[in-house]
Formats: sequence, structure tokens, C-alpha cells
Amino acid sequence: MSFLEVNNVSKSFGGIHALDTCSISVQRGTVTGLIGPNGSGKTTLFNVITGYDQAEKGEIFFDGKALINSKPDHVFRLGLGRTFQLTRIFPRLTVLENMHVAAQRVGTRALLSRWSSSHEQRRALELLDFVGLTPLKDLPAANLSYGQKKLLEFAYILIADPSMILLDEPAGGVNPTMINQLAERIRTLNRQGVTFLVVEHNMEFVMSLCNPIMVMHHGARIAEGTPQEIRKNPTVLEAYLGE
Amino acid sequence: MVKKIGLVVLLIAFIAFPQVFSNPAVTTIAIFTLMYATATTAWNIFSGYTGYIALGHAAFFGIGSYAIALMCLNWHIPGGYIPFLLVPVAGLIAAAFAVPVGWISLRTRKHTFVVITIAIFFIMQPMAFNLRSITNGSTGLSLPIPTGWGGTYFNFPFYYVALAMLVFALGVSWWIRNSKYGLGLLAIRDDEDRALGLGVKTGSSKLIAFVISAFFVGMVGALHAYFQESIYPAFAFDPLFDIAIALMGFLGGMGTLSGPILGAIILEPTQRYFTMQFSANGYYLIIYGALFLAIILLLPEGVVPTANKYWLKWKAFRERTKNVSNESDDGKGKVRP
Repeated sequence: MSFLEVNNVSKSFGGIHALDTCSISVQRGTVTGLIGPNGSGKTTLFNVITGYDQAEKGEIFFDGKALINSKPDHVFRLGLGRTFQLTRIFPRLTVLENMHVAAQRVGTRALLSRWSSSHEQRRALELLDFVGLTPLKDLPAANLSYGQKKLLEFAYILIADPSMILLDEPAGGVNPTMINQLAERIRTLNRQGVTFLVVEHNMEFVMSLCNPIMVMHHGARIAEGTPQEIRKNPTVLEAYLGE
Repeated sequence: MVKKIGLVVLLIAFIAFPQVFSNPAVTTIAIFTLMYATATTAWNIFSGYTGYIALGHAAFFGIGSYAIALMCLNWHIPGGYIPFLLVPVAGLIAAAFAVPVGWISLRTRKHTFVVITIAIFFIMQPMAFNLRSITNGSTGLSLPIPTGWGGTYFNFPFYYVALAMLVFALGVSWWIRNSKYGLGLLAIRDDEDRALGLGVKTGSSKLIAFVISAFFVGMVGALHAYFQESIYPAFAFDPLFDIAIALMGFLGGMGTLSGPILGAIILEPTQRYFTMQFSANGYYLIIYGALFLAIILLLPEGVVPTANKYWLKWKAFRERTKNVSNESDDGKGKVRP
């Protein structure tokens, strides 16, 4: 079985079928791309997988465990992290405090421990260094630029050591230099064993980073293949350009 | 280090205060100020850290008041030091009451939550009036009066108990602010759903903070009742108390440690002074209102966060000018002899 398996999941908002018996599977150790025109259901799929939205039908398995309609915290604790298209950081906490939020401990230990325990502090600083935000660590996160917020969200997901990360438009609104850096970080983590599923509109970014690539249209998967195959696929072109 | 010395000096000043200014009129204001500082600090542990504005904490104040009065009456406790030992017990009773209240009200968010807390308060006040067999209705209840604490001494035990309560509440607030748990509360304030998605136990975190703050507010209610020697429904469950602690929190700075205390120190004596000066005609309310308008216009974030912002700006400015002057020094150094 694949690492992440979505079987025939459906979800509608009013009369709109955001997901229509959608099935995808992501193999362990890949950086899988997920593309499709606006409104094709990519973000809804992310929401349903990570528990932020409830599906009406279908099954989801992550690492062999049933995931359908779980709560977001449960999904996160299983090792499936995500970022949001509209970045969701904690604006009034400092950059460093943001890093520690995701490293929650269970039970009374949370009450008894200070958040800056040495091991976590070291790990948080390491990760901030990894995304290049160390000089800003004591600033309120609201002061960061759009791209820096994306990097912060990416970094604080990493502190919980997820085995898979869903990235929702990680390169949207980020400057080209930073996009390259981000791709490099993703590759490094992927070599360390983290599986990625990436939604992105920047084709250059997707084509150079992801393999395989899946294409969604009208709430269902219409194609899957290597970047070369996707580029030549007539169904995909039709979905993007219209008939 | 400087901070620690400052705190010790401040604590000594608070301890020495009634010895220096022993006039009962002054120490009475000081006692009320300390009690409001404790209540606001407690309110801040919940509302300041989580961002959920509770406007019904007077319910816990009232429960604390009635709890200590009933304990003293039923167990025939004489006036003196013993009732002080019942203050924490009254706090625990208020906290126990806060568990179901919080459990229900915390299912809602933002504005709905505010309305529900107000509603809970307005359920409690008529109950104090109407459950005559317990509360004695509008006649109220009397508490034992300490005998033998004559003259200026009378206020001293109350002052030190109030101070101890404030230090305790502040210690708990500090501890929470620096714990993983407190970080979770602050994350809830900024984005509750995201915090939940990152594994923060939002439900139990909020409830625990709510109960802790009710505990301290209940203790304040109990001490207040003992100090006043009698309680009536309208004063034990006083909507002005809800407004007062919220305003003190806003003025000093929500979510900070020193803000609530500063807010209480500014507002409580001012209000008492105005009440004494102009009580006959109610002008003090106008002055009080004008003060608030000024604060909201000039310091919307509260005194402590605003001051902190200016301090950081000034520090950054000073560092920049220092760098500039250093560079010009280097320039001079390079001039050939």
C-alpha cells in the first residue's frame, strides 16, 4: 500500500462537487506534485486529508492507518504536517515562540516544563537556521515579509519531525531566489526521508522539483506521470486551456 | 540582574508601604488596589493569554464572598486570623463552580463567548437575591469582625494577605507565561484552529486557564467580603467589577505580567479618590469616562506594550547612532599622522 492513499473521496459545498470520487496515492520517499486549474479541488483535498474539512464519502489511509474525518491534531500527531496557502503563523508570538508551538508535549508535562527546554531550543534554532530566519528570531512574526512567513510555517512544521508534509502553494508570492532556496530545503529533507505532496501553480518549480506529478480537474484526478509525460498529456492541456 | 534587584526593591516597597503610610484612609485604598491587582492578574491569565474576553468574573467574586460568609456563619468562626485560612477554600469553591461554567461557555468563541459570560453573571445575581434560605436575600450576610485589631493596625493583616495573594497570582501568571502550556494559550489567542492542528490541546488548555483565574477571583471575593464585614447581593455580584478588571487589563496591557497590576494601581486609587471627592454629584464618573476615552485614543494596546514598543524603538535608534559615530571614529583614526 502507498504511504498516503486517498480512495474515492467526495466532498461538496452546496451544489458544487469540490471532490468527486477523487483517488490519489503518494509513494513513500517521493516529492509528489499536485497541479490543476483554480477550483479543481486541490486545497479541499488537503483539507480533507488533514482533518480541516470532513469528507462525505471515501477512505483515506496514511502509513496504513485510516484517516478519514480525523481531527487535525490527530493527523498532525501521526506525522502528517501541512502548510496553508494563506500562511497561518502566530503573528503576536516571536519567530522563535512560533517554532515551539508545534512541539507540544502531552499531559501534565506541558504545565511543568518551560517552553525553552534545551533540546527543543537547539532544534528550533537549527531549523530557523535551516530556513535562514535566525537573525529575526526575537521579532514578532507579524513583522516578517510574506515569503519569510511561508518559510517560518515550513520550519515550525518540521520541529514535530513529520514523516510527510503537504505544502499548499509554498512558492506563491515568494521571490525567485527564495524559491530556489525552498526547493533546495525540500530536496534536503526528502533525502533525509520526508515525503512531500506539493500543490503549486509555479510550473517551473513543480516540474523541476516533483516526480511524479498528478493533475486534478473538477474534483478528480485526470492524469499522473513524470514531468515530461504531464507536459505532453493532451487531457492536461485541455484542462488548463479549455477545449 | 538589574531586573531581579528592581523586583526585590519593589517588593520591599510594597511590604514597607503600610508602615510608612499608616493612615487607615490610605491603607484602605491600598488594600482595594492590591485586591483589584490580584483579580486583574487572574483575569489576564485567562482573557489576556487566550484572547477570550470574559465579562462575568464577578460571578466568581460573588461566589467567593458568599462561600466565606457561609463558612464563617455555619462553623461559628470568630473574627481574627482564622477567616484568612478560609480565603483559599472559598477560592477553590469558586474554581469548582468555574468547571461547568467554563465547559459550557468555552464551546463558543469571540463575541458569543462574551455574551455568554455576561449572561452567566446575570443568572447569579438574582439567585443571590432570591435563594433566601442560603443567602438571606437582600438583607445580606454578616461576617465575623476581628476584635482587638484597633486603630491603624486593623488594616495591616488585610494588606499583607492581599499582598501575598497578589504575589501568588503573579507567580502563577509568570509560570504559565513561561511554560509550554502558556505558549499554547498564546497560540490560541493568535489562531485557535491552527494551534489545534499543531497538537495544542485547545479545549482543556482554555478550561484550565478559566478555572485558575476563577480560583484567584474567588479568593479576592472572599477577602473583600471579610474586609467589608458584610455582603449584599448587589455588591457581591457587581457588574462594575466585571468592567473594572477588564478595563484595568486593557489599560495596563493584555497578556503582559506587569500590565494588569499597573492598570489596577492607576485606576483603583483614582476611582476611590474621585468617589471621595465628588461622590455627592457623581462627577467622578465623567472624569473616569474621559480618562478612558483618552486611553483608548492614545494607548489602544495598553501602557506596558506601548511603552515597550517605544523602548525598543529608542534602543534601535541609539544603536544606529552609536554605529554611525563609531564609523566616523574609524574615519578619524585613518587620518595620516
